[in-house]
Parts: sequence; C-alpha cells; structure tokens
Amino acid sequence: MQPFGLLFARALGVATLGLALALPLALPVAAQAQQAPASGTSEAIRSRGTLICGVTTGLAGFAQPDSQGVWRGFDVEYCRAVAAAIFGDASKVRYVPTTAQSRFTALQSGEVDLLARNTTWTLSRDTSLGFDFAATNFYDGQGFMVKTSLGLKSAKELDGATICVQPGTTTEQNLTDWARSNRVRFTPVVIERLEEVVGAYIAGRCDAYTTDISGLASTRSAQPRPAEHTILPDVISKEPLAPLVRQGDARFADVVRWVHFLLLSAEEFGITQANVGQMANDPRPEVQRMLGRNGELGQMLGLDNAWAVNVLKATGNYGEIFQRHLAPLGIQRGQNALWNAGGLQYSPPFR
Amino acid sequence: MSEATIDPRSLRAPPRRPLRLSWSDERVRGIFWQILVVGIVGSIVWWLWSNTVHNLEVRRIATGFGFLNREAGLPIAESVIDYSPADTYLRALVVGLLNTLKVSVVGIILATILGTLMGIARLSRNWLLSKLAGIYIEAIRDLPLLLQLLLWYAILQGLPGPRQALNPAPGVFLSNRGLKLPWIEWQAAHGWALLALILGIIGTLAWRRVAIARRMQDGQPRRVWPVALGLIVALPLAVWYALGAPWVVDWPALRGFNFRGGANMSPEYFALLLGLVLYTAGFIAEIVRAGILAVPHGQWEAAQALGLRPKMVLKLIVLPQALRVIIPPMTSQYLNITKNSSLAVAIGYQDIVSIANTTLNQTGQAIEGIAIIMLVYLTISLSISLFMNWYNARIALVER
Ligand SMILES: N[C@@H](CCC(=O)N[C@@H](CS)C(=O)NCC(=O)O)C(=O)O
Repeated sequence: MQPFGLLFARALGVATLGLALALPLALPVAAQAQQAPASGTSEAIRSRGTLICGVTTGLAGFAQPDSQGVWRGFDVEYCRAVAAAIFGDASKVRYVPTTAQSRFTALQSGEVDLLARNTTWTLSRDTSLGFDFAATNFYDGQGFMVKTSLGLKSAKELDGATICVQPGTTTEQNLTDWARSNRVRFTPVVIERLEEVVGAYIAGRCDAYTTDISGLASTRSAQPRPAEHTILPDVISKEPLAPLVRQGDARFADVVRWVHFLLLSAEEFGITQANVGQMANDPRPEVQRMLGRNGELGQMLGLDNAWAVNVLKATGNYGEIFQRHLAPLGIQRGQNALWNAGGLQYSPPFR
Repeated sequence: MSEATIDPRSLRAPPRRPLRLSWSDERVRGIFWQILVVGIVGSIVWWLWSNTVHNLEVRRIATGFGFLNREAGLPIAESVIDYSPADTYLRALVVGLLNTLKVSVVGIILATILGTLMGIARLSRNWLLSKLAGIYIEAIRDLPLLLQLLLWYAILQGLPGPRQALNPAPGVFLSNRGLKLPWIEWQAAHGWALLALILGIIGTLAWRRVAIARRMQDGQPRRVWPVALGLIVALPLAVWYALGAPWVVDWPALRGFNFRGGANMSPEYFALLLGLVLYTAGFIAEIVRAGILAVPHGQWEAAQALGLRPKMVLKLIVLPQALRVIIPPMTSQYLNITKNSSLAVAIGYQDIVSIANTTLNQTGQAIEGIAIIMLVYLTISLSISLFMNWYNARIALVER
C-alpha cells in the first residue's frame, strides 16, 4: 500500500516522536537518572565527544546554515560557546533543527542536550515540562507584522483579520489572551513549519503574522523587499528567550548559565575575541579570576580553568555576538543592553 | 463466510482425549509455551512501564490526564461545535476529532463516487475517455500525497485576496480566504425538517424492500416513487411549513478584512479534501476496474443475450458480483483516507493530530498525547472495518 509510506513519513512521524520520547524514558538511564542528579548530561556529552544542540529549522540571525552548510547565528554561538567551555573546541557540536512543536520532545527524550532556540521561559515549561532555563539571553516581546500597504497603525485595528501563527508556541496562547482582553476577533491560520506559515502570510492567506519581534525582524529582513512589511508598534507579551536543559542535571545547567554570564561580563570588562590573549595580563582581579589566571572558578564548574579563554576566543563577548548576527537584521540592543548601559543584561560576579 | 460453502466434514468435532499432565502431551506442551511467551512479553512491558514512570518522575515531567480539564488557550480556526480558547483541552481535542471526521467522511463519499466513475471510464469503449482516465489514475497514484496537498494549498493561496475575490454567482465569493456561499440562517425548524428528511429516506428504503418482497411473491410491480415523493419531499416541507417556514438568507459581505456571514469553506479544508479525494480515487478506480474485470465475460454475454441494455447489465449483473471483489480492498482505502487525513498538519488544517500535538507541546505530556492520537485512529479504523465487514457479509453471494 503506497499511502502507508506517506503515513509513516509524516503523520506517524508524530508517533515516532512519541516513541523517541517513550523509549529512552523506558530504558533505565545508566548515566543520567539513576545516579545522584549531579552531572549526567555533562558526562554523556564528554564521553560522546560532541554537544548535541537543538536549534530552529532556520531563522536568519538566530540559527541558519550558510551556503557551506555551516550553522550560524546568535543561538548557534551559544552552542559553540558551551562546546568551547567543555571541550576547548567550539566545533564539537552537532546541530538538530527543531520546530516550535518538536523542540520539547527532543529535549525531554534526550535527543538533544541543550535547546538554544528562541524559547520563552515560562513557569509551566520550567516545572511540569521538566526543564531548567539557564538564563535569559534575549529579552523579547510578541508583535505583529502586516503588509505596509494596509496602512495599519496599531494591532487593535486587526479586528476581523486572519492571523498566521505557529503552533506549540507561547505566541498562539498570547494571541488568544490578547484578542480576548482587547475584544479583537480574528481567524487563526495555524501551520507548523516556519517556511510554510511565513509563505501563507506572504501569499496573502493571512492579514498579519505574529511571533516574537526578533523573529519578525528576521523574517522581514529575509524578504526580497523588506519595506513592504511593517512591524506594528504593539508589544503584547514578555518573551524572555533562554537556553534550556533537562531538569535533574544542575551541573550542566550551571555551565550553560555561566557561559552566558561570561559573555556578559566579558563585554562589561572590555574583553573581546581579539584581545582576550592580552587581557590575561590585565591587573583587575575579577578579570584575572574570570580568565583563569587566578583562582579555580573553572574547576568549580567542572571545567578546565581555561574555559573562559576558550569560549571568548571562539565567539567573542555578548556585544560582539549581537553585533555580528542581530544588528544586520536591524535589531537594536534595547533591553538587551548591559545593565550599566540602560539594559537588563546583568551578570552576577565572578568570584 | 457464507454458510453454504462450509465443508460439512468440518462440523464434525474431533475425538476428545483426556488431558494428561505429561510433557509428551502436545496440549500440555502448548499451554506451557503459551504461558511462557505471555509471561516474557508481560514482564518486558512491565519493565518498560515501570522504568518510564520512574524516569518521568526523576525528570519531573507531569503525568496523567489531569491536563484535559485545563484551559487550552488554543486558537482553532474551524470547528463543528462551539469553541473558544477559554475551553478545555478536552473540548479542543473533541473539536480536532470532529474535524478529522468531517474531512474523512466527506472524503470517503466523494472518493468512492469519483473512483467508481473513473474505474468504469477506464473500461469504456470510448478510446479518448478510457485513455484520459488511464492517465489520471497513473499520474495521481505516482505522486506523493504530501506533495499534492502542498500543491493544492499553494494554488488556493494564489487566489486573489478578499477585496478582489472572484464572484462567479451572486453571493458566491472565491478568494484566498476560501469559498463563501450564501446560507440560510439556521433555526430549530430547519433541524426538524432535516430530521423529517432523514426519516423520509429511511421510510422510503423500507417501503422499497416491502415492495420488492411482495413483487417476489405475486409478480406485481409496485411503484416506489410516489412514496418517495411524499416522504422525502412533502414531509420535510410540511414540517418546515408547520413551524412557520422560516427563511432568512445570510449573504456573505465584505466587511473590513474579510467576508462576514454566509457559509465558508477554508482553503485548508478544501486543499486537504481535494488532495485526499483525487489521490484515493485513483486507487479506488483500479479496485473497481479489477472488480468488474473479475466478472467472467460469459456473464456479460449471457445478460446481453437476455436483451438487457448495457447499463442494465452493469447495474443488475456485473456490479453486484464485482462488489464482492471490490469491498475488501475498498475497506483499506477508506482506512487510508482516514489515516492520511493526518497530513493535515502540513497545510494548517486543525485535525486531531494537529491539536493533540499542540496539546502535548504545551503540557509536555507527549506519552499521553500520543496515546490519545492512537486511540482515536484505532477507534475510527476499527469502526470502518467492522462496518465494511458487516456490509461485505451482507452482499456476499449466497450460493443455493
Ligand atoms: N518564543 C516563543 C516562540 C518561539 C518560536 O518557535 N518562534 C518561531 C518563530 S520566530 C521560530 O523560531 N520558528 C523556527 C522554526 O520553527 O524552525 C516560544 O518559545 O514559544
């Protein structure tokens, strides 16, 4: 029966997803669950020799393979930074593209070690889904994009409109909440794959496309004529995007969290990809501790003391990463500026 | 299956032997092995299960079906029953189930009609007709269904926007928002009239049986159409009239972004239905053709010799015999339509898979979500199989 092939290809891909989850969960987890939840994932990553990182299926600026098939983007830099911290080699990463819908099963089932994939930190994801969010690496909010030709000024004017949205996101739930409280009636078009939901909006199937504003900026800049699309000024939600890991492995979560803080602190202290070599001679005590000249902060994280140098050599600091991947999309630092520059990005001390 | 073909020897019971508790007794050995196998399978299942529960606990992933009563907050575009995002996950899943049934049932009916016509056309003596049917059948079966769905969806998205909608007839609008049709404002009286119509059809069919049975006895033909006219046309009209004959047409009209009022068929539903029907009809056509060819040529000739016209030969002699060959493979096509309808997720039609997927994503309870999907498809598939087996037994040739 031919249709069976198809069935398995797509729809029962769901079942495979379920099995992918069920099987690893069903087998006794030698390294992970049964020991004290100390450092199962880090051990597994180390013995495997690569970090498996869940990213988007392709969102310019965040995670997208370039023409040589090399993954690039803001989220990708976090995968590389964690690999550099663990192995001293940022290339030891295997990237697994995930849709909004498939990402959580991929992490729960152990298919990936780390999700670095514009995922919003919410209470239920942090608790009942069984995850731990490392740190907010991008403060975002949800917005709407419409064709400029519609001449809209505010999202409140969208009453009666058809709105494209990806399922399995906070986006779709915020949309219904917002519509309810603002008495805006709308018809949803809910499509799983990013290219297709964007395609539906471009084709005019929907009047508006809604997602995180960073995602809108990325999609807009990828269009042949970005000026034909306008991002409305309304911000209808808080979307703190954060890399996340499975709960029950505090050690690995610590590594990811402090890699982010390292990127922030490096920017704060003026340590860049280019000058990290010289900075080892910087007299400031915190810089010395951070870069492993003094003290054993690296060992405390279960890493080599050169971890910070390795990370910064591979990716540069937070500001450099932002400049490299997000500034070209027209995204401003805004809330993502450092705390001492009027933003929210703030690292606890390296001590 | 049919009673007359049972070999009478098989009705004789084998001689009974007392059971000896000895390894040399074949039955004792049989029972031993069966217990062993069931035991092994059972303990493997138990082992997998207890590990799953343990690991879910360690990872602090929620379990159980409690989430079904929580507010879903999901936007759903089309629904047969009332739905709002403030409803529960359970209701959202029911909406998804009904959407699956809506596309499967309509798909099965249309694919059967189209497939039968195509199968007959392919056997036609008209060269052009049979070649065209042949090309359709070969081409449609060779292209992956997912590709076809994406193609239909892309074509429907290519229609003009609502402001430039095609307007082939008054009140009918075709745009990339779907097909809009005028519709009557539904009131209770219409429901009762519909009920009367269904009862009328059942009554007419019953009368037809009686008429045929009596004709078998006395040879007198009895007319069915006056009864049909009365029960199917007059009765519902009378009911509707008696209830005040409400008749308000709801015309679709462009207001703001989109049309308001009237009935709507979304591009997602339309693309899915079109894809499923065209694809499955290709397979059904081949099944119908094979069924007709399975009837020996002598039957055609004999029927023609009796002076029956070709249409009558097909209707009275060939199709009833062909059906016996057609029904079993047809059942698997019906199952395929239902299961293939889950490709809906690719083009944004919110069927049970789409909604269960979102539910499991938001609650994180993948095992429960998948269990629900499997249960739904199992139930639908078993129902189709049971019905088709019943029908198959009913039309089976009773040899005398
Ligand atoms: N922040 C939201 C939305 C995240 C999300 O999935 N965004 C979309 C649109 S920007 C995306 O990244 N899609 C990429 C893909 O599906 O590959 C969430 O965590 O639920």
